[in-house]
Amino acid sequence: MPPIRTDWVEVRAESDIVHARQLVRRLSSEMGFRLVDQTKLVTAASELARNTVVHGGGGRLSWECIAEEGREGIRLTFHDCGPGIADVQLALKDGWSTGKGLGMGLSGTKRLVNEFEIESRPGRGTRVTITKWK
Amino acid sequence: MERIPILRMGKFLLITIQVDMHDTTALALQDDLMAKIARSGARGVLIDISALDVVDSYIGRMIADISMMSKLLHARTVLVGMRPAVAITLVELGLSLRGVKTALDVEKGMELLAAALEDGDAADQD
Ligand SMILES: Nc1ncnc2c1ncn2[C@@H]1O[C@H](COP(=O)(O)OP(=O)(O)O)[C@@H](O)[C@H]1O
Ligand SMILES: [Mg+2]
Repeated sequence: MPPIRTDWVEVRAESDIVHARQLVRRLSSEMGFRLVDQTKLVTAASELARNTVVHGGGGRLSWECIAEEGREGIRLTFHDCGPGIADVQLALKDGWSTGKGLGMGLSGTKRLVNEFEIESRPGRGTRVTITKWK
Repeated sequence: MERIPILRMGKFLLITIQVDMHDTTALALQDDLMAKIARSGARGVLIDISALDVVDSYIGRMIADISMMSKLLHARTVLVGMRPAVAITLVELGLSLRGVKTALDVEKGMELLAAALEDGDAADQD
């Protein structure tokens, strides 16, 4: 089934992290997600938006409200053309950070959503896609 | 840039976070607070996050850092008003906020700080 609604926004400046949180809050609340699931998805979006800005040098958030096999969900894709991640397995470890962060962003996000996909090539960029079902 | 106000209440400082903070706002709050503790000799800090509907690893780290730093300045920190959905999410995210004292609301937080201050003062006299 095709997505019901889809669009994208820039994730470049620090203020875009706040905007990403607000956008995902609005989408998940409009779709009638439970409050806890809204909070989990907004938190995941906040982590990935910050990574896009801080590590990826800016990029985009594409969002889709989806319906398939009788269930509804939200799929978010964060995409940048930054430096990429040399070792994705390592980056997914709790506490691993090449910056000044806590290193809980990627690993924590994975726990907060139903589906998590990451694709990264050094020198080319990073794409992280997450899905949360209602 | 937006700045979060820090209110003085006797020996304590009260911070009520009411906006969805930019990362730099959170960082500025940390600096402002440490300066204010040093200047005022405040013995306790209450951080009210009842208006916050998201706490991610950045804000979580700020809260943990404030708690640790204020301890070095002889002040205790109590975090109050965390929403249940935020608490559930923080645990799943993997942030334990170990070492951060919490209370349900500002009033209970005040009681906790006052009691800790009394205990501390008694211990100082020993
Ligand atoms: N979009 C990205 N582009 C390049 N590197 C990234 C990106 N996202 C994450 N990383 C790398 O993965 C590490 C772990 O990310 P994360 O778990 O969010 O921790 P933190 O952001 O606190 O460092 C980062 O320190 C960084 O090296
Ligand atoms: Mg991160």
